[in-house]
Amino acid sequence: MRLIREFEEHCLEMAVTGTIVGGIHPYIGQEAVAVGVSAHLRKDDVITSTHRGHGHVLAKGADPKRALAELYGASTGLNRGRGGSMHAADVGLGIYGANGIVGAGAPIAVGAAWAARRQGRDQQVAVAYFGDGALSQGVVLEAFNLAALWSLPVLFVCENNGYAISLPVDRGLAGDPVRRAAGFGLTAAAVDGMDVEAVAEAAGRAVAACRAGRGPHFLECATYRFRGHHTVEHLMGINYRDEAEVASWTARDPLARQRARLAPAVADEVDAEIAALIAEAVAFAGSSPGSDPRDALDYLYAGMVPTRPGA
Amino acid sequence: MPSLSYIAALNQALRDEMARDERVCIFGEDVCLGLTGITKGLAEAHGTGRVVDTPLSEQAFTSLATGAAIAGQRPVVEFQIPSLLYLVFEQIANQAHKFSLMTGGQASVPVTYLVPGSGSRSGMAGQHSDHPYSLLAHVGVKTAVPATPSDAYGLLLSAIREPDPVAVFAPTLLMGTSEEIDGDLDAVPLGSARTHREGTDVTVVAVGHLVPVALQVAADLADEASVEVIDPRTVYPVDWETLGKSISRTGRLVVIDDSNRMCGFGAEIAATAAEEFGLAVPPKRVSRPDGAVIPYALNLDHALLPDALELTEAIRAVLRR
Ligand SMILES: Cc1ncc(C[n+]2csc(CCOP(=O)(O)OP(=O)(O)O)c2C)c(N)n1
Ligand SMILES: [Mg+2]
Repeated sequence: MRLIREFEEHCLEMAVTGTIVGGIHPYIGQEAVAVGVSAHLRKDDVITSTHRGHGHVLAKGADPKRALAELYGASTGLNRGRGGSMHAADVGLGIYGANGIVGAGAPIAVGAAWAARRQGRDQQVAVAYFGDGALSQGVVLEAFNLAALWSLPVLFVCENNGYAISLPVDRGLAGDPVRRAAGFGLTAAAVDGMDVEAVAEAAGRAVAACRAGRGPHFLECATYRFRGHHTVEHLMGINYRDEAEVASWTARDPLARQRARLAPAVADEVDAEIAALIAEAVAFAGSSPGSDPRDALDYLYAGMVPTRPGA
Repeated sequence: MPSLSYIAALNQALRDEMARDERVCIFGEDVCLGLTGITKGLAEAHGTGRVVDTPLSEQAFTSLATGAAIAGQRPVVEFQIPSLLYLVFEQIANQAHKFSLMTGGQASVPVTYLVPGSGSRSGMAGQHSDHPYSLLAHVGVKTAVPATPSDAYGLLLSAIREPDPVAVFAPTLLMGTSEEIDGDLDAVPLGSARTHREGTDVTVVAVGHLVPVALQVAADLADEASVEVIDPRTVYPVDWETLGKSISRTGRLVVIDDSNRMCGFGAEIAATAAEEFGLAVPPKRVSRPDGAVIPYALNLDHALLPDALELTEAIRAVLRR
């Protein structure tokens, strides 16, 4: 959690200086979800992530140096500078990418789970992360149906942070997420997404059940993003949440909660370790070269097509 | 010589690839039954674990194929109606097609989109008569429109083997056709045009079911003009070399394709020929009108489709100049 938090704090600064172009969707406040879920994931498990994906990607084991280099647009980045914040991926680690389209990752995770079963890797699970806003995307509901119909090892993790940009969840969602998921035949539960141990416990049960062949699961994690939807919001001076509400959630900071459970010396040690990791990542990303603009269409196809220039 | 039907050719390609490559699997609606004919018998041969009847969830099963492909499968996705491609444009154009570049080459998405019954279905009206291959070409998705059974076999084989997403359109008007086959069927590389008839006065580039139309017109005009007929076979990528050589030689070009005129495939061929191939006279296009919606009544349906008469007139027009 500390790694994600510090990584994001650094990104916020770099989004202001312009080192990171396009801004980011900060994950700060929601760290307990990615960390609690990932505690049970293995290297070959697959995740699909969202526009707010840094936490999921780091928690699944992506190298912070290369993750940051990606955001700097460097050729050493996870995606060689071709993906950026909203597409950060490490396919070798089962990270099938952050995704710029809300809900788009859910059916991709179902496909990965289908392939795993087809290939006899029946201990493998796929996790689809998405927000409360994605529950209004038809394709997500289609994905629920397919996963349940074919009893696939998919864990759908809904990070309900109360808003889809400015739209409060009670103005965007009819009914209750857990009951909706259960209606599709998913084994569904809700958990306090501000408590990493609570998330870990619930996710542990769900992941184990998926591995045991007991079909797809759904976990609604009640959480909150401490910052704006996107860094541009701050610059635009947009605000749609009242201060008391924000304060009531920041008072439940998952990092503070976890710190209180650790011996102070241990917590300090973790902090020092993370500070060193971040410093290393910053140095690595900062000294990494960009790519030659003549190579801007590299990797467009895995097989070849000679693309004609635009002029 | 054995006779091979267009549908049997596609079926044979799936059969052969499924036998050759364990990773090939099929998703779609009514594919176990083989409603379109293309997947007939495959579920019996390979099981419903590999030939998968999906519910009516095109968006989910299109991206499911993407996920499965990244995870090592070679899915073929069959769509019952060409216009369903509009429903899954996000999943194809914005997801599958972009994964390779966006991941910096980490992921490839070897999925084949099979679109049988494309183009007018004579009486099926507005929502079942589109032929949207130009859209996919515009986006950069590799796209084949085979004109003969042997090309249908060969292009589908190549599509499945390609490490990228590939769409294969099977025009309605060809699905009942057959071809006498001598020799073995083989893969046809994507991006390789086929010169069906050699000629010296004018190059006709024809796509899909309009290839036999163009050949008939060329034969009918044989006393008037020597018409070369080329089928690009894939509308993306295009075999510019073969097209360029022919057009540079004849100096005259007519393109006939079943797209809407605005930004259609014919526009691209004409533009490139004008820019690069040294046309002696301005090219002509025969296409659907701008923004065409195919009406129900058969005479209205036919009125909007490119046909032999329009092609004949276009050829005569470029020859007169
Ligand atoms: C399909 C789609 N519609 C709209 C957008 C624009 N958009 C980006 S994020 C977002 C809100 C998403 O809310 P939620 O799913 O709750 O995730 P959160 O941002 O709260 O993490 C919107 C509307 C998009 N990217 N994709
Ligand atoms: Mg939200």
